[in-house]
Amino acid sequence: MAVTIAKERWTSKVNELVLGAEPNAIKVGGDGTLPFLFFEGDMPNRPVVALEVCDMEPAEWPDILKEAYAGVLGDPVAWAKKCVEYGADLVCLRLNSAHPDNKNASPEDCAKTAKAVADAISVPMIVVGCGVEEKDAEIMPAVGEALAGKVALLGCATPNNYKTMTAACMVNGHSIIASSPLDINLAKQLNILITEMGLAANRIAIDPLVGALGYGIEYAYSIMERSRLGALTGDKMLAMPVVCFVGQEAWKAKEAKASRDETPEWGDQARRAILWEVMTATTFAQASGAIFVLRHPDSMKQFNAHVAKMMEPVKY
Amino acid sequence: MILIGERINGMFKDIREGILNKDPEPIRHWAKRQQESGAHYLDVNTGPTVEAKDQPAVMEWLVNICNEASILPCCVDSTNPDAIEAGCAANKHGKVMINSTHADQWKMDLYLPMAAKYNAAIIGLAMNESGVPKSAADRAALAMEIVVNADAHGIPMEDLYIDPLMLPCNVAQEHGVEVLEAIRQIKALAPGVRTTMGLSNASQRCTNRHLINRTFLIMSMACGLDSAIADVDDSELVDAVAAANLLLNKDIYCDSFLKTFRQR
Repeated sequence: MAVTIAKERWTSKVNELVLGAEPNAIKVGGDGTLPFLFFEGDMPNRPVVALEVCDMEPAEWPDILKEAYAGVLGDPVAWAKKCVEYGADLVCLRLNSAHPDNKNASPEDCAKTAKAVADAISVPMIVVGCGVEEKDAEIMPAVGEALAGKVALLGCATPNNYKTMTAACMVNGHSIIASSPLDINLAKQLNILITEMGLAANRIAIDPLVGALGYGIEYAYSIMERSRLGALTGDKMLAMPVVCFVGQEAWKAKEAKASRDETPEWGDQARRAILWEVMTATTFAQASGAIFVLRHPDSMKQFNAHVAKMMEPVKY
Repeated sequence: MILIGERINGMFKDIREGILNKDPEPIRHWAKRQQESGAHYLDVNTGPTVEAKDQPAVMEWLVNICNEASILPCCVDSTNPDAIEAGCAANKHGKVMINSTHADQWKMDLYLPMAAKYNAAIIGLAMNESGVPKSAADRAALAMEIVVNADAHGIPMEDLYIDPLMLPCNVAQEHGVEVLEAIRQIKALAPGVRTTMGLSNASQRCTNRHLINRTFLIMSMACGLDSAIADVDDSELVDAVAAANLLLNKDIYCDSFLKTFRQR
């Protein structure tokens, strides 16, 4: 007897978000199904990968990660080019130097760096600040203006700085990352507040604050899954593609940082660390992540191989 | 919760006068206003003053005005099959809804093929020529007659809305609990099928009508009610539905939940 596959019928879709300017624009989102369930709906765009670039040498990165970027770590432009060489879909520039505890770089300096990087590469850009809400609100208007026309994705907007961040995106044609710390209600509310300022819903990406494998991965997974179910059943304020800052979490994990000498029973550190980043990312691909910000080029390769396999059409 | 705005009905004086004077303004007004208030469908009923032979043309006229003034689909409400068909043919937005068939075979044989033809949703009243049943079980039995017949006509279960028929609580007080139980039974027997009710019936000729309607609506939602034909101009009713949607875990909470419920 033939088996009838039980299929869900969804009424709505995830917004399609455009990153970058033509002819190098890429699209994410647009899904009309849970991830990779092609028999229930379309998934017109595959998940994409951004490799991370810092505007100053990242002291806390383990040596095995720094090795992949030997010679370019102090030079964001050369570093970004290296990421493109490795095959990144996007480059994510992190403006760590703006942090008051680092160089407390001025908005003008940040804008200059962002512009130099953007002009040197053809792939679309994500630019995030230093994570201090007030400081990010100071630098993003200048960064947004310097990148006018590049259709970048700027972040991260929070309930405390979203007004300035949204304005910086609106006037310069960029999209915004809306961050909420593992809180689906706040994620929804922040999207409402941002759209009420006049930024279109299809210019927002949700950052749910993901945790790494072994460090609360299941919380972010549940929130992403619940958001996607909301989006598919008509909740327009949760129908945004999700950006997952996987690299920063995975490379913070003890499993990625501890050397072989410290934990001989865990085996080779490089293999283990990359695996940690890949496992975290592939898990979130299943949970509905659309943009993955990774750190190691080999993680990206393995992640892309996984995604390519998952994107193969199913027979039923 | 799918709210069907009840206001475009010739029973109301302004709509009746609009129909008689060929003045589209009151219809336009209520189409827009109910959309803004949070309705998902516009119920459209010519009312009893229009003669049967004129009802199809009047229905078409009403649906056309609604379509121009609002983005909502119409819920074509009539006892006249020709008027229903005229309304179905005229509706341009979304999925039109037929209001309604009974569980009588001849009625189902008339309206279910019509629903299939126009890809329409359809309301099935859990009653027949013998009238409205008293018990929940009898209501559920008639509901299942409609479910089986709709399925035989290829109507998707989510397009069938069973109305267990609430009666005014001042004259038929014992029906309330039966209706609630009937909703539970219908949802248990046919999980994919939707339920609806003419809510304002509950409070006909009662005082504090809004309070009675609102209370019964929320009680019914807790039993599994999916939709109601209601007075969406009662903003407290719409607020209560928005809150109930959260409490039933149908909508994801956010601080602006009253506003987002009304957006589409």
